[in-house]
This record gives sequence, structure tokens and C-alpha cells, in this order.
Amino acid sequence: MSTVSTDHDTMKYDDVMAVFEPVIGLETHVELGTNSKMFCSCPTAFGAEPNTQVCPVCLGMPGSLPVVNRMAVESTIRMGLALNCSIAPWCRFARKNYFYPDMPKDYQISQYDEPLCFDGYLDVLVDTDDGPRLFRVEIERVHMEEDTGKLTHAGGATGRIHGADYSLVDYNRAGIPLIEIVTKPIAGTGALAPAVAKAYVTELRDLMRSLEVSDVRMEEGSLRCDVNVSLNRPGDEWGTRSETKNVNSLRSVERAVHSEIERQGALLESGGRVIQETRHFHEDTGRSTSGRSKEQAEDYRYFPEPDLVPVAASAEWIEELRGTLPELPSLKRARLQLEWGIGEHELATIVNAGALELVESAVAAGVTPDAARKWWTGELLRVANDREVELADLPVTSAQIRRVEALVADGSLNDKLARQVFDGIISGEGDVDDVIAGRGLAIVSDDSSLIAAIDEALAAQPDVADKIRGGKVQAAGAIVGAVMKATRGQADAAKVRALLLERLGVVE
Amino acid sequence: MTAITRSDVEHLARLARLDLSEEELDHYAGQLDVILQSVARVSEVAADDIPPTSHPIPMENVFREDVARPGLDRDIVAAGAPAWEDDRFRVPRILDEE
Amino acid sequence: MAATASAMEGDLTRQNASVLARSIAEGEVSAEEVTQAHLDRIAGVDERVHAFLHVRGDDAIEAARAIDRKRAAGVELGPLAGVPLALKDVLTMKGVPTTCGSRVLEGWRPPYDSTVVERLKAADVVILGKTNMDEFAMGSSTEHSAYGPTRNPWDLERIPGGSGGGSAAALASFEAPLAIGSDTGGSIRQPAAVTGTVGVKPTYGGVSRYGLVALASSLDQAGPCARTVLDTALLHAAIAGHDPRDSTSIDASVPDVVGAARRGDVRGLRVGLVKELSGEGYQAGVSQRFDEAVRILEGLGAEVVEVSCPHFEYALGAYYLILPSEASSNLAKFDGMRYGLRAGDDGRHSVEEVMALTREAGFGAEVKRRIMIGTYALSSGYYDAYYGQAQKVRTLITRDFNAAFEKADVLVSPTAPTTAFKIGDKVDDPIAMYLNDIATIPVNLAGNAAMSLPIGLAPEDGLPVGLQIMAPPMADDRLYLVGSALESALLDTWGHLLIEEVPAL
Ligand SMILES: [Mg+2]
Ligand SMILES: [Zn+2]
Repeated sequence: MSTVSTDHDTMKYDDVMAVFEPVIGLETHVELGTNSKMFCSCPTAFGAEPNTQVCPVCLGMPGSLPVVNRMAVESTIRMGLALNCSIAPWCRFARKNYFYPDMPKDYQISQYDEPLCFDGYLDVLVDTDDGPRLFRVEIERVHMEEDTGKLTHAGGATGRIHGADYSLVDYNRAGIPLIEIVTKPIAGTGALAPAVAKAYVTELRDLMRSLEVSDVRMEEGSLRCDVNVSLNRPGDEWGTRSETKNVNSLRSVERAVHSEIERQGALLESGGRVIQETRHFHEDTGRSTSGRSKEQAEDYRYFPEPDLVPVAASAEWIEELRGTLPELPSLKRARLQLEWGIGEHELATIVNAGALELVESAVAAGVTPDAARKWWTGELLRVANDREVELADLPVTSAQIRRVEALVADGSLNDKLARQVFDGIISGEGDVDDVIAGRGLAIVSDDSSLIAAIDEALAAQPDVADKIRGGKVQAAGAIVGAVMKATRGQADAAKVRALLLERLGVVE
Repeated sequence: MTAITRSDVEHLARLARLDLSEEELDHYAGQLDVILQSVARVSEVAADDIPPTSHPIPMENVFREDVARPGLDRDIVAAGAPAWEDDRFRVPRILDEE
Repeated sequence: MAATASAMEGDLTRQNASVLARSIAEGEVSAEEVTQAHLDRIAGVDERVHAFLHVRGDDAIEAARAIDRKRAAGVELGPLAGVPLALKDVLTMKGVPTTCGSRVLEGWRPPYDSTVVERLKAADVVILGKTNMDEFAMGSSTEHSAYGPTRNPWDLERIPGGSGGGSAAALASFEAPLAIGSDTGGSIRQPAAVTGTVGVKPTYGGVSRYGLVALASSLDQAGPCARTVLDTALLHAAIAGHDPRDSTSIDASVPDVVGAARRGDVRGLRVGLVKELSGEGYQAGVSQRFDEAVRILEGLGAEVVEVSCPHFEYALGAYYLILPSEASSNLAKFDGMRYGLRAGDDGRHSVEEVMALTREAGFGAEVKRRIMIGTYALSSGYYDAYYGQAQKVRTLITRDFNAAFEKADVLVSPTAPTTAFKIGDKVDDPIAMYLNDIATIPVNLAGNAAMSLPIGLAPEDGLPVGLQIMAPPMADDRLYLVGSALESALLDTWGHLLIEEVPAL
């Protein structure tokens, strides 16, 4: 489906890893879930009609002035605290100057050398073949800024920026508060670099949700990552890094690191040189194309924003905000592991599947921890991967899992049928009972129809019947199998076996 | 300070998105130099231990509460736009990817 | 103590704002009649003066009628109700063209009112129209307007000062009794000085900047202009005060400027002469009138002291780094994408080219020059040497002021080094043009309040001379205390306001 050609050869990942060590870094932008924009009172609702949530301020009209949203500052401080950062006692906004049609003032109000939060860390758990491993990702800074408008490219063949005849701008998104979280370089991950990157962004997402500073709707583009990657031979200095922009899902984070490692590996192995450049990630191909090289980079001419006054976070204010922090994900995980009675490995599996909250809400809805874990990290994860969607985006509810489990427990469904029920739900065939009725999935539990089927099987295989009567109970399997086949799997095999033995007067 | 060359001026014009003519480039190269030389005296007195002033009247922590209010009517926004299509601002094709 | 009109009792346009307001309040004359008289005056003389870029005509009359109706209905009106005003074209007014003297904004009608306009409307002031200015307030002569220069009513061959030359000329030509200006480096005070009118730059943060199209955000301040000190105070009180839409707006009560203007008393007040703002470079007649005015203040009971502000000599350099730096960023938004001019959009040019073509076509030479300087001063590798150093000079100048205000309650100096020069004399010499602002710039860098008021004509050319009074931040009332006392003494001496000597147009 892609029309973008990749401008590079690749080398197999494992071959690259045999020669090089990666260093990665992530810059993550997340839209905060405030009611109003960063510097004006316009609403922030997603999906509104174009250019209906704009005012003189967020349209950059002459004479308009910004005023800082207190909630955005507090959300940033809370996020900083949750990331174990120091909070600046005094800091300023700065203007980042560059021309672009999606940016109403042709400068972005951001923070430069005085970020609100700095020097923190986030521990992430990565599942490996040797069991779960903990990585500490160090946080360089967390700062506040504003989002840009949204461009639509018209004309041309692809809807992409290149080849378009012209573009259209909707400024509803312009001025929505963004939090930017920048890691320090992450070294020492080895081949796990893509997994660490994904685990880090997953953890960030969960953290924001638990703090309720953002609901991080990835499908709406409210979380965007820039991924830095460099390679070096063991013992050498770090290599030249590239910056891959436009990485907008958990899956893409992993893929972007993976493919960039393959690209750089091939380049270096063939005697080439990595240039410091911006690359653009394409969701459809999982590959990136070259953007602007740093040699032709913009000069952003940062200076303190003269229309705003400094933010001075007092110790009292910071402590007050610290008091509002909920249980943080790392502590919560330890608690849940205990409550659910599962091992570290099982927990890591749940976390890596991005299923922690899903399992938690299923358990809260009355599903046993084992069953909730089994479904979300098993069958449902497989379906999500097949369909290339986030697990949380599957249209399966905790109540549905509870209903399926109850039907399994009372013998109305078996595992195979239960999987078909979920397949039906995901395919939009309705709720649990709708799917069962629609597909005719109920287990045959009516004794008389089962006995009829047993009699039929016995008549078809009289020699086997004699063997069983003669005490060779293990031969019962052939008859049970025939009955299961006749009922198209919709019978409880254990029950069929019991009825068969009873019918033949055999006692085990 | 080093003298400002014509290529410096070209670079500045590109940064500032000004499509300066050849004559303007020459003209500004000379003038910027003179002006910057005359203002360069500021470095004479500004010692390291002097804090910079970015706001004449020091203030801190000016915020607004997070309350949303409707903005402008789209008709009014559209009326002022140089080009408008499909409820959006129409802009020429973009070469640089940001 | 207020100056009152004398000779031209019958001509409404010769009256001061306070007199007009009282006449309207007492029903002697309607707001509509007053407005019509000023519109007629504009129609009669503005072809020669060119103070206005846009006259509201029917809309102004309609606004005046609405005020008359309110008064007839017994609604209590403010102290300036029904008085006409000329608004500098740098402030937005909903639906009224706002160009800032630039082609790049030609045809733009802002969809919102600036806070200043909102307050003027709330005070029932009648806004006659928008006045000419140097493009984006960059200049000291109003020659840099894209719509042609404004002329000084004292001598039509001369500049009316700038950037607010249109507002000052409107006052001096009796086209309006009140005007709004904006002052980034002297753009209210220097035009006031060279046109024989009064202008005040309030304390930074004293008047909201919301809707004031930014030149240099950390220096800009809108302020009142009029022909008398009391009128200026009344207008000051109408527009000042905290505005939550401007983060740099001061959240405190406005000093009692009207009370101070009515009192006009300098007894026991310490008046500081700034050593660095006199002598060499000042026209002889300017210095002479200034010295006389100081002696008058002394005679009125002020204690005159000399103060030194050694870092003022660096103010001009710092100003010409800070202003272009902030302006280069503030003016980036004029890119032809959302409003105003768009050039070169022919389906072939890219957005980058259209932006550059628009800005090239839309901006005048002085604006481009300053954008280039500012872009350079902020660019990587030069920030510390230029913008950073200039911000330090700002600290030094503030310290100079603080030390001076230990010794004096107000400081005084000539407002401008010379009287009005001839149109065209300095237009190609930016440095000479910049020197005009040498005495007014330190105040903007430190955020203080300052006033210029007329103190006579220079003997050598018969043109007005202004005296600048400077007060500490949020002590704007002191300007009026001193200004009013001096104005009264001069009125006693001359028997009339200086402005009444302006030649007939
Ligand atoms: Mg950013
Ligand atoms: Zn807005």
C-alpha cells in the first residue's frame, strides 16, 4: 500500500546486534487533558468541526496575548514528581522561532534552558527470555509547550505532504497544552533497545492515565514520539544519532527503533557514515525516510517569552501537588502481583502486553485474576496483533469476559467455544449471548440427545463397544471423539465419557 | 564583532522569510554592520555578575483557571482569511517538512 | 487648576476634553454635535495634515447619538462621556481597519476589541478613527508609514514625531481633544514634545497590552495623549488598571492621576536633573527652555537636585538590540497565511516562497532592517553577545533609576534633543533617527512612568519644546502633580496654552 520508497538497505537485526551496541533516546509529546487550551480559553474537545475552537490568541492574531493555564502547569509538575524529577523553583517560557503554516504565531511558546522539571527517572520492566528485567530510564527534562494546528494535504496522489497541490489548516489543535518528556541517552539495553523503548512509552502512558493528566488517546494522535538512535562498536564512543519523528503508537516505537538499528547497521557495516538528520517514520511500511539534515537545520532563536511572567513553584505548592499523586504504577504493580498471587514473570507478561489495566478492570468486574490474565495475554492479544490494533482498542468489556467465564464454569461453554464467542464479539456480532445464539454455540448438555449420539457411535463401532464392555476403558476415547464430532464440538467431553461408561455399565 | 557579510545577510533573510532583492542585500549588509557596531558597546559594561532583566516589572505566577469558553464564530475567522476552503485556511504547498 | 479654553469659546474643536465633557453632561451641547464638529474639522484639514488613516464617520456619529440617548434616559455617564478621541492604528477595534501603518495588514478588520478600546467604549468616549504611525511603530517621524507621512501642524514641512505622529498631529490640529498613543522608546512623548501637546507613557503593566499590536513586548505601553495635563489624566484613568488577559498587567489599583492633576503642587518635591540627559547634542533653544522650566519649578517650591545615571549612555545600544530582537519574533506572524496581505500565491510558489514574498512586499525598509538586526541578535552564537548583554544593561539602567529616585521624587530632562526636523532630513540615516529617542528610551527599559509636556517654543525656530518628567514605577501620579503645576505656571505667564499659538491651517 505504500508509495514511499525507502532510501536504504537493511541488515538483519541479530547480525547488527552481533557487532554493535545501540544507544537510544526518546522525546515524547503528550497532549494534556485540560478543558481549555494552554494560553487561551478555547475548548480542547477532539473531533470538533474545523476552526470552531479558535480565538484571537490561538490564531496568533495581532495584539492578542497568552495567559498560562494553571491546570497545565500543575499537571506538568505532578508528572515531574511522578517521574522523580526536581521541580524548578523558578523558570520561564521561551519562544522557539520558526516559520510553518500550522503554527499561528510562527513561533512556539515552549521552554528552553529552564524546564519546569528536570533530572528524574522511570523504572520499566521488560520481559526477556531470561525472565523480567528492570531498566532505569533517566529523564532529562519535562517541560510545557503548545501544540500546532492540523494540516490536511490536498491534491496530488497520496494525501501526503510531498506532491500535494496545497494544504488546508485547522487551528482547533493549535494551543492545546503539550507536555514534552525527554530522556537522557539510554545505553546498555543491547538487543532489548526496541523493547525498552516500547516499555518506557507504555509506562509513561500508564503514568499519565493514573495521574489523570491525560487519557492519552493514541488513535487521536495525543501522544507523539521522536526516537533517537545511534550505534557504536563495544568500547567505542557513541555514534552519530538520527532522530526519527512522527512515531505515534506503542507498536511503532518498537518498530522504529528496530528498523533504524537495522538501517544504521547496514550503513556502518558497508563502510558508510550515519549523518545527523531528522527522519520521518511511516506507519504503513514501518520504515523511515530521510528528512532534513542538521546541516540545514533551523536556528530557533530562543529567547525568554516577554508576554509571560516566570513560573515560581514554591515548596508548599509542590508539596500540595505531591499530595494529590495517586498510587504510582510501579507500586501498584507490586501490590497487584501480591493480590493476584502471580509471579514476576506473569506480571511482566501482562505489563508488556499493555494489559495491566484491562486485567485489573476485569478482576474488579468479578473475573478471577487467572482467567482475566489468560484471556488478555492469550487469545485477545493474539487477535489484537493479527489486526494490528492496540489491545485496549478491542471492543471487549470486562462484563463480557465475566459472562463467558460464568458459562465455562457452568459447563455451557468450553474453551474452544469461548474463543469463538470473543471472535464473534470482535467481529461485531453483538454481546456474548447474541453470539452464542447467532452462531449456535451452546454446549449440548441435554442428556437424551447426547445418549442418542452415544448410541449411534456405539452402533457404528461395535468392536470398540465390546472392548469397553470388556474393561478396556481407555478405548472410550474413540467413542467420545465420535460424539464430539457429531455435536460439532458443542458437548462437554467429560460428560460424554461419563454417560458412555454409565450406558455400558462399566465402572472405572 | 566580525563584519556582516552579504552571505550572512542572505542567511538572515532566509531565517526571517524575507525575499530581499539584490540591492537590498547589499544595502542591509552595510547598514547592519554600522548599527551593530554602534550597539556593540553594550558588552563594555555588562559584567558576568549582573543579572539580565527580561521583564521591567518583576512578577511571577500569573495564571488563568482552566475554564473553557467559546471562541470566535467561524464565519468571522473565514472572512479574514486570504484563502479558505472546506472550513479551513488554504495555504500553498509545503516543501519543508517540519 | 485645569487649563480652560479662552478665545474660541464658540468652536467646539478648540475646547479641552474636560470642558467638552462638562458641557455635554450639562446638556449645553450634545455628543453628536461635538463629534460632528470634529469630523468636520478632520474633513477640512486632514488632507494637509494626514493624521488619520481611517475615519469612522457615520459610526462615530451613531456612537455619539447612543451616548446622548443614554444621558437623556438618565444613565450616569463617566467623566469623558461623549468626548471624541483619535486612536493610534496599533490598537485593535472590532470591525475597524487596523493596519499599524503597514501594507501587510491592509484590509484587516480585527474580530476583537483591545482592552483599551473596550474601556474607552465603557467610558462612552467617541472613537473618531485610527491615526497614522510609523510602520509597526518603528520610527520617530511617522515618515515610515506605508500610507504616507503625517505633517506637523506647526509647520507642514516638518515631522510630527513618531511613531505616534498621527495621534499628536490630530491633537495639535484640533481634529480631536484626546488621543491614544503607544510608547516603546518614546513614541508618545517625542511626538508630544514636537507638537506642543501632552503625552504620558504609564508604568509598564499599568495599561493592558491586550489588543496592542506588539512591537517589543517588554517595552510597549499604550498611553493617553491630550492638550492639557488634566485631560491626559482623565484619559489615563479611563484606560488604566489590571487586565487578566495581559499577564504582564499589574494587579494593583491605579495611582490617583486625576487627583494629582487637579492638585498640581510641587512644594517640597525633590526634582532630579539627570546629568547625562543634557548638554552636548541638545539644541540650544531646547536647553534654554528646559532650564527656564526648571527654574519655574524651583520657584514653585520644588527642591532641584542633580542626579547621575551613568549607564544611560548604553541605553540606546541596549534598546536597539532588545527592540529588534523582540520585534523580529513578534512580526513573524505576518506571513500571509491567516489574515492580511498574501503575495505570490499563483499555484506555483511554495508556502515558504509565498511567506517570503508576502513579507517582502508587505514590510517597508525600516521594518525589514529591524527584523534583520533582531534575527541576527537572536541567532545562535550571538544571543549572549547581543540580547543577553542588552538585558544586563537593562538591569544597570534600572539600578541607576533606583539610585536616582533615592535622591529625587521625579527626574526631568528635555523630551527630545531637538525640535521637529524637516520631512526627509533623516529618513535615510537610521542612526541619526535613533538618536531622537536618547532621552526617552531609558524609561522604557526600566518600565517607569514618564510624561512630556510643552514648555515653550525654541527661540531659533519657533517650534515647540517638551519637558520630560520621569517617575518610579506605579508612581504615575507624580507626573501629573508636577506637570499640572508647571502647566499652570506657564499658563499664567503666557495667558494661554502653548497649543493656541499653532498657526491656522
Ligand atoms: Mg517540543
Ligand atoms: Zn483560543
